Amino acid sequence: MARTGADVVIEALQREGVDLIFGYPGGAILDVFDRLYLAGDAFRFVLTRHEQGATHMADGYARVTGRPGVVVVTSGPGATNTVTGIATAYMDSVPMVVITGQVPSSMIGNDAFQEADVTGITRPITKHNYLVKDVDDLPGVLKEAFYVAASGRPGPVLVDIPKDIQKKACTTPYPASISMPTYRPTYEGNLNQIRKAADAIKASARPLIYAGGGVIISNAADELRAFIRKTHIPITTTLMGLGAYPDNEPESLKVLGMHGTKYANYAIQNCDLLIAVGARFDDRVTGKTSEFAPKATVIHIDIDPSSISKNVLAHVPVVGDVKDVLKKLTDLVQPPDISAWTAQVAEWKRKYPLAENGGDGKGIPAQQVMRAIDRISAGEAIVATDVGQHQMWAMQYITCTRPRSFISSGGLGTMGFGLPAAIGAQLALPDRTVFCVSGDGGFQMNAQELTTAAINNVPVVAVIFNNAYLGMVRQWQELFYDGHYSMACLNRDINCPATCTNRKGSTGSKSTCPPYRPDFVKLAEAHGCFAQRVTKTDEVEPALRNAVKVAHEKKQPAVIECITAREDNVFPMVPAGKSLDEMVDSLV
Amino acid sequence: MKHTISLIVRNQFGVLARIAGLFSGRGYNINSLCVAETQDPDCSAMTIVTSGDDKIIEQISKQLNKLIDVLKVVDFREKEYVERELALLKVNTTAQTRAEIMQIANIFRAKVVDINPKSLTIEATGSETKILAMIEMLKSFGIKELARSGRVAMARN
Repeated sequence: MARTGADVVIEALQREGVDLIFGYPGGAILDVFDRLYLAGDAFRFVLTRHEQGATHMADGYARVTGRPGVVVVTSGPGATNTVTGIATAYMDSVPMVVITGQVPSSMIGNDAFQEADVTGITRPITKHNYLVKDVDDLPGVLKEAFYVAASGRPGPVLVDIPKDIQKKACTTPYPASISMPTYRPTYEGNLNQIRKAADAIKASARPLIYAGGGVIISNAADELRAFIRKTHIPITTTLMGLGAYPDNEPESLKVLGMHGTKYANYAIQNCDLLIAVGARFDDRVTGKTSEFAPKATVIHIDIDPSSISKNVLAHVPVVGDVKDVLKKLTDLVQPPDISAWTAQVAEWKRKYPLAENGGDGKGIPAQQVMRAIDRISAGEAIVATDVGQHQMWAMQYITCTRPRSFISSGGLGTMGFGLPAAIGAQLALPDRTVFCVSGDGGFQMNAQELTTAAINNVPVVAVIFNNAYLGMVRQWQELFYDGHYSMACLNRDINCPATCTNRKGSTGSKSTCPPYRPDFVKLAEAHGCFAQRVTKTDEVEPALRNAVKVAHEKKQPAVIECITAREDNVFPMVPAGKSLDEMVDSLV
Repeated sequence: MKHTISLIVRNQFGVLARIAGLFSGRGYNINSLCVAETQDPDCSAMTIVTSGDDKIIEQISKQLNKLIDVLKVVDFREKEYVERELALLKVNTTAQTRAEIMQIANIFRAKVVDINPKSLTIEATGSETKILAMIEMLKSFGIKELARSGRVAMARN
């Protein structure tokens, strides 16, 4: 029997060392699925309950392993369901290969059944994509797809394969090596630029490291640690850079930006040298860009030249792989004399810690749940978050000491990411404890994947922060829209009064708030999980510890629903368009 | 400020769409775009005229370089270059005006490529300034139709 296009797909997956595939079958991809069936246990295929779940799982897998996540789905709606997941991976530079079936070549452009212009739709959100028109191109295309996805600045790559191509005989071998004249990422930093950076560091009095996701992608945590050991320069990380350097070390200023710590933001605004490593000066970090780090000379180390001087001017740009550049820089650099600065930064850290408590006096403060997770994790667990207030509190209150342990959709901010990403991470690393922290809103967006977790014996512990609000939306409406909670309450039904009497500061009499829907405990149990509701703060830690135990013993997902404070706000906050100096601490 | 950028790209399905999408997705302006195969059938040469300040042009060049299908980007801000475009104009004619129109075409070294009692079609190549000057001269006769190719550019050595 001839080697068909579908055989080539399987061969590519084997040659690229793929062990885990996430996906969902359909008409246009049946030939590939047939070969997967015949391949037996050569791969582990995880059948999800929505293609979006498959992409987020592949994403979680890729973030914790550094290897490309692989997704196989069908044409039309199967492919369009991957768009959000692909865009999420694109914004955070996550390596991913998405293989989509397509209608037969002769029917393309004819409005065929389950046809969609997938390459057109995903062009702006993929690092690159391919429509295979000739089966003899397929081996080269797949080799290139895996290479492009994982090299340079990683990203998602899509390969669209028409059904007739999957069936045709292919005569070209799978390439042993690859050479792309049009794609040559710069890994080695220019030595002259690195020298300039070293000189700038030696001459500085108030230097600060600003480290982003690039440090983690580059696997450069050791190099960063060596650099800090030699120079003792303080460091702040982005949401994406959490774990690049242990949070609990004295040099660490935790996270900067819109919801970062006060001391990190003060350090940024007062430093005279900013060493940006694998970070892209995103607007959540900079606030008003013209007033970001106003006193600083900027060194910018990044593998992507287009990120350099895009938002903030780099005085000393260094294009290269963070791992390579940091190693060379550490060799060349001489520690600057910064004792006054170190003392100043330590003083800010002591004077402006994050709030000890939170909450509104009624429900469980989300911050305390995060602290409980932090204690249970003891730096070892993987925490995958969804998006919203809980994500910010996780960022603030969970100690990250190692890379690839804090998984969060930073760039696109995709609600519904947390649960499938946690599942993907757990499948990648079965021996770690994996928490999913999620709001009640985001959890409902991909709750169907609880069944995927149960059926695959995935012992994730999902913690739902249920305040029956889209918390972050409600916070902005409270702060900037005169408290007009427009569609922010997830529990508001037709029987609610025109003006809610369950809100803080409301003068109405008895609360008329209906019972929360869905009943997350019943929902989780329906999907085959262990589930428990917690309503008191002192019950949180025992419930979480028990959930971890049950999950790992029974090899089953666990869902702990915490009824949290309804209207708490994330502080400090840099309001949109303001500079980092203009943090607010409270509403007054 | 108008800028000319020339690119060498892989001659593959979707390349033009990706480049056009890059411009529209990031809000960059395309004033004109011209592309065709080169002597190497695997490569095409593309000339784009865009507008923006220096910072924007630098970002455009960097974003174009990032594309997998793009082999080379030449930003003509710092270089001397030759630029040409092709224009086809259909000009209204009467028995009285035809001679003058043909005289004007001759001055611009343009050719008449089609003729009928009511109009004639002129083909002209040259720099943008020359093309615009000719169009200006012929406006008063009534230009029925105008098709311009957009700029093609090449660096001087």
